[in-house]
Amino acid sequence: MVEIADLLAAGLLQSFEPLNFAMILAGCMAGLFIGAMPGLGSVNGVAILLPVTFLVPPTAAIIFLAALYYGAMYGGAISSITLGIPGASTAVATVFDGRPMAQKGKANQAMMAAAIASFIGGTISIILFTLFAPPLAEVALKFGPQEEFALMILAFATFIGLGGDDIPKTIFSILLGLVMAAVGFDIISGKPRLIFFDLVEFQRGIGFLVLAIGIYGIGEMLWTLEQTGGKVKLDYVKTTWAEFKKHLGQIKAYLPTTSLGSALGFFVGTLPAAGATPASLMAYGLAKTFSKDPDSFGKGNIAGVAAPEAANNAASTGSMLPMITLGIPGSPTTAILLGGMIIWGLRPGPLLFANNPDFVWGLIGSMYVANFVTVALNLALIPLFVRVLAMPFTILTPIIFILCFVGVFATTDRMFDVWLMLALGLGGYLLRKLNYPVAPAVLAIVLGPLAERSMRQSLIGSQGDVTTFISISEHPISLGCIVIAVMLMLYPVWSNYRRKLANRSTL
Amino acid sequence: MSTRTAELLASIALLVFSLGLMWTVHADGLKIGWVPERGPGSGVWPFWLSLGMALTSVWTMVRWFRRTTPESRNEAPYIESDRFGLVAVSFIALTAMIFLVAIVGTYISIALFLGFYMRFIGKHSWPMTSTTVFGAVIFIYFLFEWQLSKYLPKGLPMFEDGFLWLDNFRWEYLM
Repeated sequence: MVEIADLLAAGLLQSFEPLNFAMILAGCMAGLFIGAMPGLGSVNGVAILLPVTFLVPPTAAIIFLAALYYGAMYGGAISSITLGIPGASTAVATVFDGRPMAQKGKANQAMMAAAIASFIGGTISIILFTLFAPPLAEVALKFGPQEEFALMILAFATFIGLGGDDIPKTIFSILLGLVMAAVGFDIISGKPRLIFFDLVEFQRGIGFLVLAIGIYGIGEMLWTLEQTGGKVKLDYVKTTWAEFKKHLGQIKAYLPTTSLGSALGFFVGTLPAAGATPASLMAYGLAKTFSKDPDSFGKGNIAGVAAPEAANNAASTGSMLPMITLGIPGSPTTAILLGGMIIWGLRPGPLLFANNPDFVWGLIGSMYVANFVTVALNLALIPLFVRVLAMPFTILTPIIFILCFVGVFATTDRMFDVWLMLALGLGGYLLRKLNYPVAPAVLAIVLGPLAERSMRQSLIGSQGDVTTFISISEHPISLGCIVIAVMLMLYPVWSNYRRKLANRSTL
Repeated sequence: MSTRTAELLASIALLVFSLGLMWTVHADGLKIGWVPERGPGSGVWPFWLSLGMALTSVWTMVRWFRRTTPESRNEAPYIESDRFGLVAVSFIALTAMIFLVAIVGTYISIALFLGFYMRFIGKHSWPMTSTTVFGAVIFIYFLFEWQLSKYLPKGLPMFEDGFLWLDNFRWEYLM
């Protein structure tokens, strides 16, 4: 405990270094802005801005991106409340009560509740993070290739069991990402693989960033253009100090369910497929269940705004837990962060705590600071961000397209990758319209090389005996992960069967 | 084209794509089984996972045929016609921008794209458009060329020369 406190203190000091603090400010602002824009969320911001972070050292870069991640969680509420369109999918549940509150002229109360609840969610989850991360990394240090591979299977199984998307399409998306990761030279035998049309450019493989920017930059903007037609309408909001003081009296009303929602959000956030969107929906349900007046939900209950906002912030912190300790991202956004860490020359996983304590504790320290910074910026600048929403799509869209192009080129120095980004973006958009989930593919392309290596290492070690993954005497953790993974994969079958039974009994 | 048709076409295309991947692995002579003394062959991963992709595509087709997926019951157009124009124009303009990079270079291409999009799709005023265009070009030059020392493509020599002059100026007087 004392050791953790020391390391945390060092991390906090680090986050007050001028460069790192400037990164927190810039990241929070960028995140609030991106989160507030309808259709754009943390994942888009992190994908599009990752290339820019090569400007600064890795610690400052991850601090910037992590701050952007929170900022986007706070910012998502802004358009949910004023426009009735979620600023990001993570803020869907905020619309349920946030929009009715705005229609009753209480938009600023809803905004403040969202900001303060986000702060509560952030704080609770960062404390949980600080307590859980070091022991988890300690356990993970003992992991061999079998455990690594089993963990990745578990990560992908969560998409099938809990993702809620069409199952064959989800599996397709996972496999596509894993196969795309195999393009280029094989790391073990050195042979070139899947060199399409004999184009030498494929020998370097398909960079995860090319896919991520294609899907989350180009594809997402095309999708948003189609959904909104490029137009948004909104009401302006004003906040004053007097309003804020009045609001402080109301915190009591939503504090208990919000705290509960935060803890829930943290744990749901650690699951790769679940993340902030289901966490916020679950927290909303929880707040409604525990409310003395559940009928007022959906009609502008302040607790209905607070709970999901707390949960989505908590989930964003939660999703960083497996990323930092196990090297398995807990969300698409952290998948991109993980890919970034590999580009920065860091090896994600449990060794990070031992080899790069400055990086890990600098990040954790910055989370505490960023949480204060974001709530302050958010409360102070609500009117400004509402104005930002009026920024027409006809300016935002081309600028994002340009950033995608320049970002990909600056990372890989090849026009080939820019064309590939364009193609993958278009493909991602067309498939997404048919309900093919894209997040599993992004996660899979990041994890693909690690998954393949750990699988092959395990099999070489066991002389081709596949039962090595489920050997209770040698690899109990691996067995446990595989058992849970199988249960998760069978869960949709089971729930489908139950639904059929229920239907039959009502006939 | 209805969403229903689109789903079938997509699953056929993805099936063909998956089979193509499997064929590529085979044609490259990669081992898809156990190589004695060496472990799993280099084709194991791509081959069997591509097979999985092919099988899930077939699975989607079966569900399409039985009308299990919501898309297979949806006869509405795949892309609403009133929105199709906007999406198509945006995508074509973007493609044209990337194509022009090889000829006139990054900066002129970006300026043309942004200018076109704002003026003719967004119907913004000329002063607004030109301010944004200049701001964006200068910002990208400053951030990428100056701070990140990335040499973005400058196009054919006649366009590149102007930037060489600018780079010289920067290195001579501003560094």
